Amino acid sequence: MHDTAAHRVTRWTLRLIVIGYLLFLVIWPVALVAAKTFANGLAPVINALRQPEVIFAFQLTLSAAFWAVVINTIFGVGISLLLVRYTFPGRRALNAMIDVPLSVSPVVVGLALVLVYNGRTGWLGQTLEQGGLQVIYAPPGIIMATAFVSLPLVIRELVPVLTEIGTEQEQAARSLGASGLQTFARITLPAIKWGLLYGVVLSLARSLGEFGAVKIVSGGVAMRTQTATLLVEERYQQFGLVNSITAYTAAFILALIAVIALIIITSLRPSKGAP
Amino acid sequence: MSIRKLLRGPSIAAAIAAATTVLLTGCVGGAATAPDDAGKTTLHLVGYAVPKEANNAIQKKFAETPEGKDVTWQESYGPSGDQSRAVVNGLKADYVNFSLEGDVTRLVKAGLVAEDWKSGPTKGIVSDSAVVIVVQKGNPLGIKDWSDLTKPGVKIVTPNPASSGSARWNILAAYQQVIANGGTDAEAKAYLTKFFNHVAALPGSGRDATNAFLQGSANVLISYENEAILARQSGEDFDYILPAATIKIENPGAVLKDANPKANAYLDFVLSTAGQEEFVKKGFRPVSTNTPVGEVVGANNPAEPFPVPPKLFTISELGGWDAVNAKFFDEGGLVPEIQKATGRSQ
Amino acid sequence: MTPSAGTVEAEQSAPTTPAGTATNAGGRRLPRAKSATSLTPISGLGLGIALMWFSLLVFIPLTAVLVQASAGGWSAYWDALTSPQTLAALRLTVGTAVLVTVVNVVMGTAIAWVLVRDQFRGKQLLEVVIDIPFALPTIVAGLVLLSLYGPSSPLGVNWANTRVAVFLAFLFVTLPFIVRTVQPVLLELEHEVEEAAASLGANRLTTFRLVILPSLAPAITAGAALSFCRAISEYGSLVLLSGNLPYSTEVASVRIMSSIEGDKLTEAAAVASILLVVALIVIVVLDLISRRVARYA
Repeated sequence: MHDTAAHRVTRWTLRLIVIGYLLFLVIWPVALVAAKTFANGLAPVINALRQPEVIFAFQLTLSAAFWAVVINTIFGVGISLLLVRYTFPGRRALNAMIDVPLSVSPVVVGLALVLVYNGRTGWLGQTLEQGGLQVIYAPPGIIMATAFVSLPLVIRELVPVLTEIGTEQEQAARSLGASGLQTFARITLPAIKWGLLYGVVLSLARSLGEFGAVKIVSGGVAMRTQTATLLVEERYQQFGLVNSITAYTAAFILALIAVIALIIITSLRPSKGAP
Repeated sequence: MSIRKLLRGPSIAAAIAAATTVLLTGCVGGAATAPDDAGKTTLHLVGYAVPKEANNAIQKKFAETPEGKDVTWQESYGPSGDQSRAVVNGLKADYVNFSLEGDVTRLVKAGLVAEDWKSGPTKGIVSDSAVVIVVQKGNPLGIKDWSDLTKPGVKIVTPNPASSGSARWNILAAYQQVIANGGTDAEAKAYLTKFFNHVAALPGSGRDATNAFLQGSANVLISYENEAILARQSGEDFDYILPAATIKIENPGAVLKDANPKANAYLDFVLSTAGQEEFVKKGFRPVSTNTPVGEVVGANNPAEPFPVPPKLFTISELGGWDAVNAKFFDEGGLVPEIQKATGRSQ
Repeated sequence: MTPSAGTVEAEQSAPTTPAGTATNAGGRRLPRAKSATSLTPISGLGLGIALMWFSLLVFIPLTAVLVQASAGGWSAYWDALTSPQTLAALRLTVGTAVLVTVVNVVMGTAIAWVLVRDQFRGKQLLEVVIDIPFALPTIVAGLVLLSLYGPSSPLGVNWANTRVAVFLAFLFVTLPFIVRTVQPVLLELEHEVEEAAASLGANRLTTFRLVILPSLAPAITAGAALSFCRAISEYGSLVLLSGNLPYSTEVASVRIMSSIEGDKLTEAAAVASILLVVALIVIVVLDLISRRVARYA
């Protein structure tokens, strides 16, 4: 195709529009948060990070995300294998239902979990709390809410990969006498490892950032059920410079983690299914 | 594409590092929510939105007393009504500090607080304040009293009465000041309707309302006197007016039935002179007149921070909370009626 | 032009994940498993456990929402939905979501086009930038937008607590969706057809309109559906940014949150049920689209 002047103008216009759009919507705002975090120097930021509430909030966020990702990975691998390698009635319905958590508002997720698991009127919560397990207003609720919102992510990465690699190798291994577990560990797992890593990192990023659902199920009690995202909200709404810097610092850390996760994901992308 | 290939190695390393970190903190995070060491007590405080700083100051002083040593706190602050409901629904609490007596009564009805919680000398109240009108620095709209709030161009922010205790105090003040000045019930209702027509925002709590005002959603904020003083202490720049006729705010504090016994010690400390002085420093009016009131930074006149307005009415003059709730806030009351009429509800 | 199998599956590639792949990694459509077997006892047990977990976590709680919504009977449900404030919130939510989706269709396609067809230094950076709204916590997104469009904005605007803020928040969080559904399709498009059209005298605009756009249409629709769904669900970024003013900047999710905090669970569930129904419709539509396109594969 000839690269005429008209082509070049179109190309440059489009390029500028796109870059400008992204600049004003994403790049500049994110950069401003970084700037505001360090506007008063590094010392206030370090002090903010030293506060016990902040440390606790990040520990809680990380541990809840960790467990949610572990749960979703175990179930993700299992469900992906079931969906791809087997047929059973309701397979297609299950496949469609897997996507539901991604389309549901986090507030609805929180409401749904509270309705079932709260200790006073919950369908299951009353029995659970009598047995000593408090779900709502306690860390287990946070883990459940986090697992809910990131549930499909690992599955959606594994299903295409499993489909693509086919079963020849697995069948070969089986015919040579390998047990199911050996086949899984030695053949399947290595084949899906990039897709799995991709899904896990994506899941982790999503889990670390959950806000609305966690806000409802946790009660936001500092040093007990307040996650990093809830901390950002609380500190932003309080008076004074220290609180403002704490809010921005926590937000900056969360944004940094998100961007790092994205860079990891972006560099893993081609290996998911190389052309 | 080459950049991607370049990044792959370090990315995998980063991913593994991240996973390891998460794994380790995952275990640590679990430990952070484990039960406390022997000898340390953890008390749970559930409060309404604005007394966080005051309570934190009192807790510091409490820690210097023999009963208060080795006490750590887990706290939650929010709109008074919502917090009260959360405790009923299972939010752990040893000591509650709400804006309205009704929010403690809810806990009594749920069997969480003893019926005699207000039989003490202060009738269960731990701090006082008054409803004030907050305006922008320099008072550009020239607000002097309640009647100026219905002038054109006035945009009021007051919290939502369904969730916030502050909201109910504000509404009662706005209504009753008409009567205190000699008006009739009908005139008071008419004023309240005009008031609601000027409401630009109904945030969830007293603190949310302060923030909405500071962000520019409205040019007038109705709030607690202590909230206005605290905000000015924290560097916010605005003026506030103590109207000639306003309501005396009384905020209750109570210990739950099966609370840690140290919570009782805390309540006693809150009511002691030492505790009340901390409240005063944060802009609250003390419950007992014996408390020395020094300079209060942020007040209109720091040397004389708590002037008594000519007409300071109390909730008991209005008939007590039961009567007030029935008349104003419950289903079929005045406020839902006005809210529906003016389209400002929640 | 018959789309290749790669195109079909690429078009359906997990639109829910930010990174659409250039290859035939299709995420949404389950292919007929070539070597599928029926369940063995062990896998049957696995399926049972998985289903039980899914029920406990997703299915039962969502059902509880629908049950709670109908707890007061039809009249209570209707009252909750048609209260003036709820209607205003729903109108604002849906209206802004539609507007944002339209903008996304245009800008999303444009961004995908530039990413695929253009070459310049720093293009890789844009790939990461586009996915930031997906990975960023929503409360941080609110803070981010407040920095540029709120009270202390370097641009001199202050759109906090206005409907513009709601529009911006929706625009931010829905940025990646159409881009990531369109991108893989664009990558797979065979240039021969465009060149054929050009050699027959069509100018670039015509080629775009009559050749490229129709092949992108299913991907754009899929992305638009997801973008719409995501917008109406948004909550976190609006907490700090929009002021949640009733009748003015209050969206459906905020309405639900207020009802929950006020312990009015039936009202909350009523509004939530509307959002659930919309999400369900979107999923069904997406499934139908992917099946319809697959038929041409």
